[in-house]
Amino acid sequence: MTQRAESEVDEILTQVRRWQQDRRRVALATVIDTWGSSPRPVGSHLAVADTGGFVGSVSGGCVEGAVVEAALEVIADGKPRQLEFGVSDEQAWSVGLACGGRIAVYVERVE
Amino acid sequence: MKSAFLLEIARARAERQAIAVVTRLRDGAQSLHPARGPQGDLELTEPVLAEVRDRCRHDRSGRLRADPALFIRCYTPAYRLIIVGAVHIAQALAPAAVMAGFDVTIVDPRTAFATVERFPDTTVTHEWPDVALETLAPDAQTAVAALSHDPKLDDPALIAALASPAFYVGALGSRRTHAARLERFAAHGIDGSERLRAPVGLNLGGRSAGEIAIAIIAEIIQTRYRTT
Repeated sequence: MTQRAESEVDEILTQVRRWQQDRRRVALATVIDTWGSSPRPVGSHLAVADTGGFVGSVSGGCVEGAVVEAALEVIADGKPRQLEFGVSDEQAWSVGLACGGRIAVYVERVE
Repeated sequence: MKSAFLLEIARARAERQAIAVVTRLRDGAQSLHPARGPQGDLELTEPVLAEVRDRCRHDRSGRLRADPALFIRCYTPAYRLIIVGAVHIAQALAPAAVMAGFDVTIVDPRTAFATVERFPDTTVTHEWPDVALETLAPDAQTAVAALSHDPKLDDPALIAALASPAFYVGALGSRRTHAARLERFAAHGIDGSERLRAPVGLNLGGRSAGEIAIAIIAEIIQTRYRTT
């Protein structure tokens, strides 16, 4: 009797299940630390399929490309990784956060 | 993350239960924490488990204070908004609330108001508000907004909401209407002066249905983050 808000977590869980039904391998990225002004709160998820398709967001678009790349490596070797992004990063101009914050992202494979 | 954990998280969300995953970041060992007790690879001490329970209650994901090598991701049920009165403002408020992440239910026994045409994407119940509120059982993650302008509908809903742990209870109507409402409630021994927000919504100065809807959802969001 109640309409469920199409919340991001439900959307991600549904998509991960769909990928698994299609026999795709999947990695899950999670924001584990934020410093300063960051676009997405701790706990935000990005799920990535081995096709490179993804759903969710860890930074509102700034670093998703780099996270997807790392996720594909995690899918390949199964080893979880921690990534950090910020303006102090040497890749600032390519994958830094425009807002000036810093985030740490944990990437793991869905087994 | 084990697929089985993701299934458990999906199930907990469907049942409106809080659940959490604790991860040891060094090696990826994990445990799942539903209300009935933990399962998984991590052996956690009682102080850590106490913090896990506390964080689940308050929806605080992050590194654990008791052990910063551990990260907790809490999954808590979506907040709810119960709108009483399938009125014009409700047509704007329902989608605005969904956009802000709320599960929305509209309560109005007048079937002419609460039609699929007027609320195409929203679930409506035609029960009387006191019956509907009993079924919906507002909890501390629920807001109730009475918009019908009709005391026959608004009053029983508000009385039920004030007796519940709802984090927000608001009612449409002028200050004079509100004063009269408080007097009616007082005659029944109910004091709404503290918790009942009226006129409902932040004072943004807007007058259209859309503007008022935004003022209402803005006040609900503000109240949510003040109280948690």
